[in-house]
Amino acid sequence: MSVGTRLENANPLIFQRTGERLQTAKDEDEDVADPIDDREIFDLIRSINDPEHPLSLEELNVVEQVRVRVDDQENTVGVEFTPTIPHCSMATLIGLSIKVKLLRSLPERFKIDVHITPGMHTSEDAVNKQLADKERVAAALENSQLLEVVNQCLISNARTS
Amino acid sequence: MKDTLALLQKFNAHPDSRCWYVAWNPKGTLLASCGGDRAIRIWGREGDSWECKTVLQDGHQRAVRKVAWSPCGNYLASASFDATTCIWKKKNDDFECLTVLEGHENEVKCVAWAPTGNLLATCSRDKSVWIWEVDEEDEYECVSVVNSHTQDVKHVVWHPTQELLASCSYDNNVCVYKEEDDDWECRATLEGHTSTVWGLTFDPSGQRLASCSDDRTVKIWKECQPGGTDTAWKCVCTLSGFHGRTVYDIAWCPLTGALATACGDDGVRVFKEDETADPDQPVFSLSAHVPKAHSQDVNCIAWNPKEAGLLVSCSDNGEIAVWNYQSEV
Repeated sequence: MSVGTRLENANPLIFQRTGERLQTAKDEDEDVADPIDDREIFDLIRSINDPEHPLSLEELNVVEQVRVRVDDQENTVGVEFTPTIPHCSMATLIGLSIKVKLLRSLPERFKIDVHITPGMHTSEDAVNKQLADKERVAAALENSQLLEVVNQCLISNARTS
Repeated sequence: MKDTLALLQKFNAHPDSRCWYVAWNPKGTLLASCGGDRAIRIWGREGDSWECKTVLQDGHQRAVRKVAWSPCGNYLASASFDATTCIWKKKNDDFECLTVLEGHENEVKCVAWAPTGNLLATCSRDKSVWIWEVDEEDEYECVSVVNSHTQDVKHVVWHPTQELLASCSYDNNVCVYKEEDDDWECRATLEGHTSTVWGLTFDPSGQRLASCSDDRTVKIWKECQPGGTDTAWKCVCTLSGFHGRTVYDIAWCPLTGALATACGDDGVRVFKEDETADPDQPVFSLSAHVPKAHSQDVNCIAWNPKEAGLLVSCSDNGEIAVWNYQSEV
Protein backbone atom coordinates (compact mmCIF):
# COMPACT_ATOMS: atom_id res chain seq x y z
CA MET A 1 0.00 0.00 0.00
CA SER A 2 1.49 3.33 -0.89
CA VAL A 3 0.71 6.44 1.09
CA GLY A 4 3.55 8.64 -0.07
CA THR A 5 6.10 8.16 -2.80
CA ARG A 6 9.10 8.49 -0.52
CA LEU A 7 9.47 6.60 2.71
CA GLU A 8 10.12 8.81 5.71
CA ASN A 9 12.07 6.16 7.51
CA ALA A 10 13.61 4.01 4.80
CA ASN A 11 15.47 1.58 7.02
CA PRO A 12 13.56 1.01 10.23
CA LEU A 13 14.93 -1.21 12.95
CA ILE A 14 13.04 -4.50 12.98
CA PHE A 15 12.19 -6.22 16.23
CA GLN A 16 11.39 -9.83 16.90
CA ARG A 17 7.78 -10.87 17.27
CA THR A 18 6.57 -12.42 20.50
CA GLY A 19 5.32 -15.99 20.49
CA GLU A 20 1.75 -17.08 20.88
CA ARG A 21 0.13 -16.80 24.25
CA LEU A 22 0.51 -19.99 26.26
CA GLN A 23 -2.77 -21.77 26.86
CA THR A 24 -3.41 -23.23 30.28
CA ALA A 25 -6.05 -25.68 31.44
CA LYS A 26 -7.81 -22.79 33.21
CA ASP A 27 -8.36 -21.05 29.88
CA GLU A 28 -10.69 -23.83 28.85
CA ASP A 29 -12.67 -23.71 32.10
CA GLU A 30 -15.90 -21.80 31.48
CA ASP A 31 -16.45 -21.30 35.20
CA VAL A 32 -13.33 -19.23 35.71
CA ALA A 33 -13.90 -15.49 35.29
CA ASP A 34 -11.46 -14.34 32.63
CA PRO A 35 -10.98 -10.58 32.65
CA ILE A 36 -9.42 -8.92 29.64
CA ASP A 37 -5.70 -8.44 30.33
CA ASP A 38 -2.78 -6.49 28.85
CA ARG A 39 -1.63 -9.43 26.75
CA GLU A 40 -5.06 -9.80 25.19
CA ILE A 41 -5.09 -6.14 24.18
CA PHE A 42 -1.55 -6.43 22.87
CA ASP A 43 -2.53 -9.44 20.77
CA LEU A 44 -5.29 -7.36 19.21
CA ILE A 45 -2.98 -4.56 18.10
CA ARG A 46 0.42 -6.17 17.51
CA SER A 47 -0.37 -7.37 14.01
CA ILE A 48 -1.74 -4.04 12.77
CA ASN A 49 0.20 -3.14 9.62
CA ASP A 50 2.42 -0.10 9.43
CA PRO A 51 1.06 2.32 6.80
CA GLU A 52 4.47 2.55 5.10
CA HIS A 53 6.27 -0.74 5.58
CA PRO A 54 5.14 -4.31 5.03
CA LEU A 55 5.72 -4.87 8.73
CA SER A 56 3.54 -5.05 11.80
CA LEU A 57 3.50 -2.41 14.54
CA GLU A 58 5.08 -5.00 16.82
CA GLU A 59 7.97 -5.63 14.44
CA LEU A 60 8.66 -1.89 14.32
CA ASN A 61 8.38 -1.69 18.12
CA VAL A 62 5.60 0.89 17.71
CA VAL A 63 3.53 -1.12 20.16
CA GLU A 64 4.83 -3.13 23.13
CA GLN A 65 2.98 -5.10 25.73
CA VAL A 66 4.52 -3.04 28.55
CA ARG A 67 2.83 0.06 27.08
CA VAL A 68 -0.64 -1.43 27.37
CA ARG A 69 -2.66 -0.82 30.54
CA VAL A 70 -6.03 -2.44 30.91
CA ASP A 71 -8.32 -2.28 33.91
CA ASP A 72 -11.20 -4.62 33.18
CA GLN A 73 -13.15 -3.58 36.26
CA GLU A 74 -12.79 0.12 35.59
CA ASN A 75 -13.51 -0.44 31.87
CA THR A 76 -10.39 1.41 30.79
CA VAL A 77 -7.73 0.59 28.23
CA GLY A 78 -4.67 2.76 27.74
CA VAL A 79 -2.22 2.22 24.93
CA GLU A 80 0.99 4.16 24.33
CA PHE A 81 2.58 3.84 20.92
CA THR A 82 6.04 4.91 19.80
CA PRO A 83 6.44 6.32 16.28
CA THR A 84 9.61 5.03 14.62
CA ILE A 85 10.90 8.58 14.13
CA PRO A 86 10.08 11.74 16.13
CA HIS A 87 8.56 13.65 13.20
CA CYS A 88 6.61 10.73 11.72
CA SER A 89 3.70 12.15 9.72
CA MET A 90 1.86 8.84 10.03
CA ALA A 91 1.54 9.10 13.81
CA THR A 92 -2.11 10.15 13.80
CA LEU A 93 -3.03 7.44 11.29
CA ILE A 94 -1.25 4.78 13.33
CA GLY A 95 -2.98 5.94 16.51
CA LEU A 96 -6.32 5.98 14.72
CA SER A 97 -5.79 2.44 13.48
CA ILE A 98 -5.04 1.24 17.02
CA LYS A 99 -8.11 3.04 18.31
CA VAL A 100 -10.39 1.66 15.58
CA LYS A 101 -9.10 -1.87 16.09
CA LEU A 102 -9.87 -1.68 19.81
CA LEU A 103 -13.23 0.03 19.28
CA ARG A 104 -14.27 -2.78 16.97
CA SER A 105 -12.90 -5.62 19.10
CA LEU A 106 -13.69 -4.68 22.68
CA PRO A 107 -17.06 -4.55 24.45
CA GLU A 108 -18.61 -1.07 24.27
CA ARG A 109 -18.16 -0.49 28.01
CA PHE A 110 -14.44 0.18 27.53
CA LYS A 111 -13.00 3.70 27.42
CA ILE A 112 -10.05 3.54 25.05
CA ASP A 113 -7.22 6.04 25.35
CA VAL A 114 -4.46 5.98 22.75
CA HIS A 115 -1.42 8.20 23.30
CA ILE A 116 2.07 8.66 21.96
CA THR A 117 4.78 7.42 24.35
CA PRO A 118 5.82 10.61 26.21
CA GLY A 119 8.74 12.37 24.59
CA MET A 120 8.71 10.28 21.42
CA HIS A 121 7.15 12.68 18.91
CA THR A 122 7.62 16.35 18.04
CA SER A 123 3.84 16.96 17.84
CA GLU A 124 2.93 14.64 20.68
CA ASP A 125 0.32 16.92 22.29
CA ALA A 126 -1.42 17.76 19.02
CA VAL A 127 -1.62 14.11 17.96
CA ASN A 128 -2.86 13.03 21.41
CA LYS A 129 -5.52 15.74 21.41
CA GLN A 130 -6.76 14.74 17.98
CA LEU A 131 -6.95 11.05 18.93
CA ALA A 132 -8.84 11.89 22.13
CA ASP A 133 -11.47 14.00 20.32
CA LYS A 134 -14.21 11.47 19.66
CA GLU A 135 -16.16 13.92 17.53
CA ARG A 136 -13.25 14.31 15.13
CA VAL A 137 -12.56 10.57 15.21
CA ALA A 138 -16.24 9.94 14.36
CA ALA A 139 -16.11 12.46 11.51
CA ALA A 140 -12.84 10.98 10.23
CA LEU A 141 -14.35 7.50 10.15
CA GLU A 142 -17.23 8.78 8.02
CA ASN A 143 -14.60 9.70 5.43
CA SER A 144 -14.52 6.69 3.12
CA GLN A 145 -11.00 7.33 1.80
CA LEU A 146 -9.52 7.57 5.27
CA LEU A 147 -11.52 4.56 6.43
CA GLU A 148 -10.11 2.58 3.51
CA VAL A 149 -6.54 3.45 4.60
CA VAL A 150 -7.32 2.48 8.20
CA ASN A 151 -8.89 -0.80 7.06
CA GLN A 152 -5.77 -1.59 5.05
CA CYS A 153 -3.70 -1.24 8.21
CA LEU A 154 -6.10 -3.56 10.01
CA ILE A 155 -6.19 -6.33 7.40
CA SER A 156 -4.66 -9.28 9.15
CA ASN A 157 -1.30 -10.11 7.82
CA ALA A 158 -0.75 -13.81 7.07
CA ARG A 159 2.76 -13.75 8.54
CA THR A 160 1.68 -12.44 11.92
CA SER A 161 -1.64 -14.16 12.44
CA MET B 1 -25.60 15.48 48.48
CA LYS B 2 -29.18 15.38 49.68
CA ASP B 3 -30.79 16.08 46.33
CA THR B 4 -31.99 13.29 44.11
CA LEU B 5 -31.85 12.54 40.44
CA ALA B 6 -34.43 9.81 39.78
CA LEU B 7 -34.58 7.94 36.50
CA LEU B 8 -38.07 8.21 34.99
CA GLN B 9 -37.46 6.51 31.71
CA LYS B 10 -34.74 5.23 29.40
CA PHE B 11 -35.32 4.44 25.76
CA ASN B 12 -33.30 3.59 22.69
CA ALA B 13 -33.53 6.61 20.43
CA HIS B 14 -30.89 5.91 17.77
CA PRO B 15 -30.36 2.14 17.57
CA ASP B 16 -26.86 0.91 16.74
CA SER B 17 -25.66 4.46 16.68
CA ARG B 18 -24.70 7.41 18.82
CA CYS B 19 -27.24 9.83 20.14
CA TRP B 20 -25.29 13.08 19.83
CA TYR B 21 -27.77 15.65 21.07
CA VAL B 22 -31.25 16.38 22.38
CA ALA B 23 -33.22 19.66 22.47
CA TRP B 24 -36.57 20.60 24.02
CA ASN B 25 -39.01 22.75 22.09
CA PRO B 26 -39.78 26.06 23.86
CA LYS B 27 -43.06 24.76 25.28
CA GLY B 28 -41.28 21.71 26.68
CA THR B 29 -43.73 19.34 25.00
CA LEU B 30 -41.47 17.88 22.33
CA LEU B 31 -37.92 16.61 22.37
CA ALA B 32 -35.78 16.42 19.25
CA SER B 33 -32.84 14.00 19.14
CA CYS B 34 -30.16 13.46 16.51
CA GLY B 35 -27.35 11.02 15.96
CA GLY B 36 -24.81 9.10 13.96
CA ASP B 37 -27.60 7.35 12.00
CA ARG B 38 -28.22 10.67 10.13
CA ALA B 39 -31.74 10.83 11.53
CA ILE B 40 -33.60 13.34 13.66
CA ARG B 41 -36.40 12.00 15.84
CA ILE B 42 -39.16 13.98 17.50
CA TRP B 43 -40.40 12.58 20.80
CA GLY B 44 -43.58 13.37 22.68
CA ARG B 45 -45.00 12.21 25.99
CA GLU B 46 -47.88 9.74 25.83
CA GLY B 47 -49.10 9.25 29.37
CA ASP B 48 -46.11 7.84 31.24
CA SER B 49 -43.95 7.00 28.28
CA TRP B 50 -42.15 8.70 25.43
CA GLU B 51 -43.14 7.97 21.87
CA CYS B 52 -41.43 8.79 18.61
CA LYS B 53 -43.76 11.16 16.75
CA THR B 54 -41.76 11.67 13.59
CA VAL B 55 -38.47 10.66 12.04
CA LEU B 56 -36.77 13.24 9.83
CA GLN B 57 -34.62 11.33 7.41
CA ASP B 58 -33.03 12.16 4.07
CA GLY B 59 -32.12 15.66 5.18
CA HIS B 60 -28.47 14.86 5.76
CA GLN B 61 -25.85 12.64 4.17
CA ARG B 62 -23.79 12.25 7.32
CA ALA B 63 -24.19 12.30 11.13
CA VAL B 64 -26.47 14.98 12.56
CA ARG B 65 -24.45 16.56 15.35
CA LYS B 66 -26.88 19.03 16.93
CA VAL B 67 -30.43 20.32 16.64
CA ALA B 68 -32.05 23.58 17.80
CA TRP B 69 -35.64 24.84 17.98
CA SER B 70 -36.55 28.38 16.98
CA PRO B 71 -37.94 30.50 19.86
CA CYS B 72 -41.45 30.23 18.36
CA GLY B 73 -41.16 26.44 18.24
CA ASN B 74 -42.22 26.21 14.58
CA TYR B 75 -38.78 25.59 13.13
CA LEU B 76 -36.03 23.12 13.82
CA ALA B 77 -32.46 23.57 12.61
CA SER B 78 -30.09 20.61 12.27
CA ALA B 79 -26.28 20.81 11.98
CA SER B 80 -24.53 17.96 10.21
CA PHE B 81 -21.09 16.56 9.45
CA ASP B 82 -22.17 16.83 5.77
CA ALA B 83 -21.25 20.56 6.04
CA THR B 84 -24.87 21.76 5.82
CA THR B 85 -27.56 23.00 8.17
CA CYS B 86 -31.17 22.08 7.39
CA ILE B 87 -34.14 24.19 8.43
CA TRP B 88 -37.29 22.19 9.05
CA LYS B 89 -40.75 23.75 9.31
CA LYS B 90 -43.34 22.18 11.54
CA LYS B 91 -46.64 21.46 9.80
CA ASN B 92 -49.17 19.99 12.24
CA ASP B 93 -47.42 16.80 13.34
CA ASP B 94 -45.01 16.67 10.46
CA PHE B 95 -41.89 18.52 9.40
CA GLU B 96 -40.73 19.54 5.96
CA CYS B 97 -37.25 20.61 4.97
CA LEU B 98 -37.60 24.26 4.08
CA THR B 99 -34.07 25.11 3.14
CA VAL B 100 -30.49 23.90 3.32
CA LEU B 101 -27.83 26.36 4.46
CA GLU B 102 -24.54 25.76 2.73
CA GLY B 103 -21.21 27.50 2.94
CA HIS B 104 -19.12 25.86 5.64
CA GLU B 105 -16.08 24.03 4.29
CA ASN B 106 -16.55 20.96 6.45
CA GLU B 107 -18.49 19.52 9.41
CA VAL B 108 -21.05 21.85 10.97
CA LYS B 109 -20.79 21.26 14.72
CA CYS B 110 -23.59 23.37 16.14
CA VAL B 111 -26.53 25.63 15.35
CA ALA B 112 -28.40 28.09 17.60
CA TRP B 113 -31.25 30.62 17.24
CA ALA B 114 -31.13 34.11 18.68
CA PRO B 115 -33.90 34.96 21.19
CA THR B 116 -35.80 37.05 18.60
CA GLY B 117 -35.73 34.23 16.07
CA ASN B 118 -34.38 36.59 13.39
CA LEU B 119 -30.82 35.34 13.59
CA LEU B 120 -29.21 31.95 13.45
CA ALA B 121 -25.59 31.03 14.18
CA THR B 122 -23.67 28.01 12.91
CA CYS B 123 -20.11 26.91 13.61
CA SER B 124 -17.82 24.40 11.99
CA ARG B 125 -14.59 22.50 12.00
CA ASP B 126 -13.52 25.07 9.39
CA LYS B 127 -12.87 27.36 12.44
CA SER B 128 -15.56 29.88 11.52
CA VAL B 129 -18.83 31.07 13.04
CA TRP B 130 -21.53 32.20 10.59
CA ILE B 131 -24.42 34.49 11.44
CA TRP B 132 -27.53 34.12 9.28
CA GLU B 133 -30.46 36.50 9.03
CA VAL B 134 -33.98 35.18 8.52
CA ASP B 135 -36.66 37.32 6.84
CA GLU B 136 -40.47 37.00 6.78
CA GLU B 137 -40.37 34.92 3.62
CA ASP B 138 -38.27 32.28 5.34
CA GLU B 139 -35.23 33.34 3.33
CA TYR B 140 -31.85 32.91 4.99
CA GLU B 141 -28.90 35.12 4.24
CA CYS B 142 -25.42 34.94 5.72
CA VAL B 143 -24.67 38.36 7.18
CA SER B 144 -21.32 37.68 8.80
CA VAL B 145 -18.50 35.16 8.94
CA VAL B 146 -16.30 35.47 12.01
CA ASN B 147 -12.90 33.80 12.18
CA SER B 148 -11.84 34.46 15.76
CA HIS B 149 -11.02 30.87 16.64
CA THR B 150 -7.84 29.18 15.47
CA GLN B 151 -9.34 25.67 15.57
CA ASP B 152 -12.51 23.60 15.18
CA VAL B 153 -15.49 25.47 16.73
CA LYS B 154 -17.54 23.09 18.87
CA HIS B 155 -20.56 25.02 20.12
CA VAL B 156 -22.49 28.27 19.77
CA VAL B 157 -25.08 29.68 22.19
CA TRP B 158 -27.07 32.92 22.25
CA HIS B 159 -27.72 35.10 25.28
CA PRO B 160 -31.25 34.42 26.66
CA THR B 161 -32.53 37.93 25.88
CA GLN B 162 -29.89 39.93 24.01
CA GLU B 163 -28.27 39.62 20.61
CA LEU B 164 -25.03 38.40 22.12
CA LEU B 165 -23.42 35.20 20.89
CA ALA B 166 -20.82 32.94 22.49
CA SER B 167 -18.79 30.13 20.92
CA CYS B 168 -16.20 27.65 22.16
CA SER B 169 -13.48 25.71 20.43
CA TYR B 170 -10.79 23.06 20.19
CA ASP B 171 -8.41 26.05 20.61
CA ASN B 172 -9.39 26.00 24.37
CA ASN B 173 -11.05 29.44 24.20
CA VAL B 174 -14.51 30.93 24.42
CA CYS B 175 -15.41 33.96 22.25
CA VAL B 176 -18.24 36.44 22.79
CA TYR B 177 -19.60 38.35 19.78
CA LYS B 178 -21.74 41.45 19.27
CA GLU B 179 -22.96 43.31 16.24
CA GLU B 180 -21.00 46.43 15.40
CA ASP B 181 -21.94 48.59 12.40
CA ASP B 182 -23.70 45.77 10.56
CA ASP B 183 -20.88 43.38 11.19
CA TRP B 184 -20.37 40.81 13.90
CA GLU B 185 -17.19 41.07 15.92
CA CYS B 186 -15.51 39.08 18.64
CA ARG B 187 -15.67 41.40 21.65
CA ALA B 188 -14.10 39.16 24.26
CA THR B 189 -11.91 36.05 24.30
CA LEU B 190 -12.22 34.00 27.47
CA GLU B 191 -8.97 32.18 28.15
CA GLY B 192 -8.46 29.72 30.98
CA HIS B 193 -9.38 26.20 29.92
CA THR B 194 -6.37 24.00 29.17
CA SER B 195 -8.06 21.81 26.55
CA THR B 196 -11.04 21.72 24.15
CA VAL B 197 -14.12 23.60 25.37
CA TRP B 198 -17.14 21.47 24.43
CA GLY B 199 -20.17 23.22 25.86
CA LEU B 200 -21.53 26.58 26.95
CA THR B 201 -24.64 27.76 28.75
CA PHE B 202 -25.85 31.15 29.97
CA ASP B 203 -27.40 31.48 33.42
CA PRO B 204 -31.09 32.51 33.49
CA SER B 205 -30.20 36.21 33.85
CA GLY B 206 -27.63 36.12 31.06
CA GLN B 207 -24.98 37.75 33.26
CA ARG B 208 -22.91 34.62 33.55
CA LEU B 209 -21.72 31.92 31.23
CA ALA B 210 -20.66 28.39 32.19
CA SER B 211 -18.26 26.38 30.04
CA CYS B 212 -17.20 22.73 30.19
CA SER B 213 -14.05 21.19 28.82
CA ASP B 214 -11.84 18.25 27.99
CA ASP B 215 -9.68 19.51 30.88
CA ARG B 216 -12.42 17.99 33.14
CA THR B 217 -13.40 21.30 34.66
CA VAL B 218 -16.34 23.66 34.50
CA LYS B 219 -15.72 27.39 34.58
CA ILE B 220 -18.16 30.16 35.46
CA TRP B 221 -17.54 33.49 33.70
CA LYS B 222 -19.12 36.76 34.69
CA GLU B 223 -19.61 39.85 32.60
CA CYS B 224 -18.06 42.91 34.13
CA GLN B 225 -18.22 46.34 32.56
CA PRO B 226 -15.32 48.39 33.77
CA GLY B 227 -16.81 51.65 32.49
CA GLY B 228 -16.10 50.96 28.84
CA THR B 229 -18.44 49.78 26.11
CA ASP B 230 -16.50 46.60 25.48
CA THR B 231 -17.70 43.42 27.05
CA ALA B 232 -15.27 41.93 29.53
CA TRP B 233 -15.72 38.56 31.12
CA LYS B 234 -13.72 37.04 33.92
CA CYS B 235 -13.62 33.57 35.38
CA VAL B 236 -15.17 33.76 38.84
CA CYS B 237 -15.30 30.05 39.67
CA THR B 238 -13.71 26.77 38.52
CA LEU B 239 -15.29 23.43 39.41
CA SER B 240 -12.47 20.91 39.35
CA GLY B 241 -12.08 17.44 40.77
CA PHE B 242 -15.67 16.41 40.09
CA HIS B 243 -15.46 14.88 36.61
CA GLY B 244 -13.52 11.71 35.74
CA ARG B 245 -13.22 12.43 32.02
CA THR B 246 -14.10 15.02 29.38
CA VAL B 247 -17.18 17.12 30.17
CA TYR B 248 -19.14 17.14 26.90
CA ASP B 249 -22.11 19.32 27.76
CA ILE B 250 -23.47 21.68 30.38
CA ALA B 251 -26.94 23.14 30.95
CA TRP B 252 -28.09 25.87 33.31
CA CYS B 253 -31.75 25.38 34.25
CA PRO B 254 -33.70 28.55 33.36
CA LEU B 255 -36.24 27.78 36.10
CA THR B 256 -34.20 26.59 39.08
CA GLY B 257 -30.66 27.79 38.39
CA ALA B 258 -29.31 24.24 38.82
CA LEU B 259 -26.32 23.42 36.64
CA ALA B 260 -26.13 19.96 35.04
CA THR B 261 -23.21 18.30 33.24
CA ALA B 262 -22.80 15.40 30.79
CA CYS B 263 -19.52 13.56 31.16
CA GLY B 264 -17.38 11.05 29.29
CA ASP B 265 -17.18 8.99 32.51
CA ASP B 266 -20.88 8.05 31.94
CA GLY B 267 -22.04 10.24 34.83
CA VAL B 268 -24.69 12.93 35.10
CA ARG B 269 -24.12 15.56 37.77
CA VAL B 270 -26.12 18.49 39.09
CA PHE B 271 -24.49 21.44 40.87
CA LYS B 272 -26.28 23.95 43.07
CA GLU B 273 -25.16 27.45 43.85
CA ASP B 274 -24.71 28.63 47.40
CA GLU B 275 -27.08 31.64 47.53
CA THR B 276 -25.25 33.21 50.46
CA ALA B 277 -21.88 33.42 48.72
CA ASP B 278 -20.37 36.63 47.35
CA PRO B 279 -21.66 37.07 43.74
CA ASP B 280 -18.11 37.81 42.63
CA GLN B 281 -16.89 34.57 44.18
CA PRO B 282 -19.77 32.14 43.67
CA VAL B 283 -19.67 28.72 45.30
CA PHE B 284 -21.20 25.66 43.66
CA SER B 285 -21.57 22.28 45.28
CA LEU B 286 -22.30 18.89 43.78
CA SER B 287 -25.90 18.24 44.76
CA ALA B 288 -26.70 15.07 42.81
CA HIS B 289 -24.61 12.52 40.94
CA VAL B 290 -25.59 9.38 39.03
CA PRO B 291 -22.23 7.67 38.30
CA LYS B 292 -23.49 5.21 35.67
CA ALA B 293 -26.27 7.29 34.19
CA HIS B 294 -25.59 5.58 30.86
CA SER B 295 -23.42 2.62 29.92
CA GLN B 296 -21.31 4.87 27.67
CA ASP B 297 -20.30 8.56 27.37
CA VAL B 298 -23.03 11.09 28.10
CA ASN B 299 -23.06 13.55 25.19
CA CYS B 300 -25.75 16.03 26.06
CA ILE B 301 -27.87 17.27 28.92
CA ALA B 302 -31.02 19.43 28.63
CA TRP B 303 -33.44 20.91 31.19
CA ASN B 304 -37.09 21.10 30.24
CA PRO B 305 -37.87 24.84 29.86
CA LYS B 306 -41.32 24.63 31.48
CA GLU B 307 -41.25 21.77 33.97
CA ALA B 308 -38.77 22.40 36.76
CA GLY B 309 -36.46 19.46 37.46
CA LEU B 310 -37.25 17.51 34.29
CA LEU B 311 -33.87 16.65 32.77
CA VAL B 312 -32.89 14.66 29.70
CA SER B 313 -29.53 13.11 28.79
CA CYS B 314 -28.33 11.09 25.82
CA SER B 315 -25.41 8.77 25.22
CA ASP B 316 -23.03 7.09 22.80
CA ASN B 317 -25.09 3.90 23.19
CA GLY B 318 -28.00 5.61 21.37
CA GLU B 319 -30.14 5.94 24.49
CA ILE B 320 -32.05 8.85 25.95
CA ALA B 321 -32.71 8.99 29.68
CA VAL B 322 -35.33 11.16 31.35
CA TRP B 323 -34.61 12.24 34.94
CA ASN B 324 -36.44 14.05 37.69
CA TYR B 325 -34.20 16.30 39.75
CA GLN B 326 -35.53 17.06 43.18
CA SER B 327 -33.82 19.62 45.31
CA GLU B 328 -34.23 19.56 49.06
CA VAL B 329 -34.34 23.12 50.28
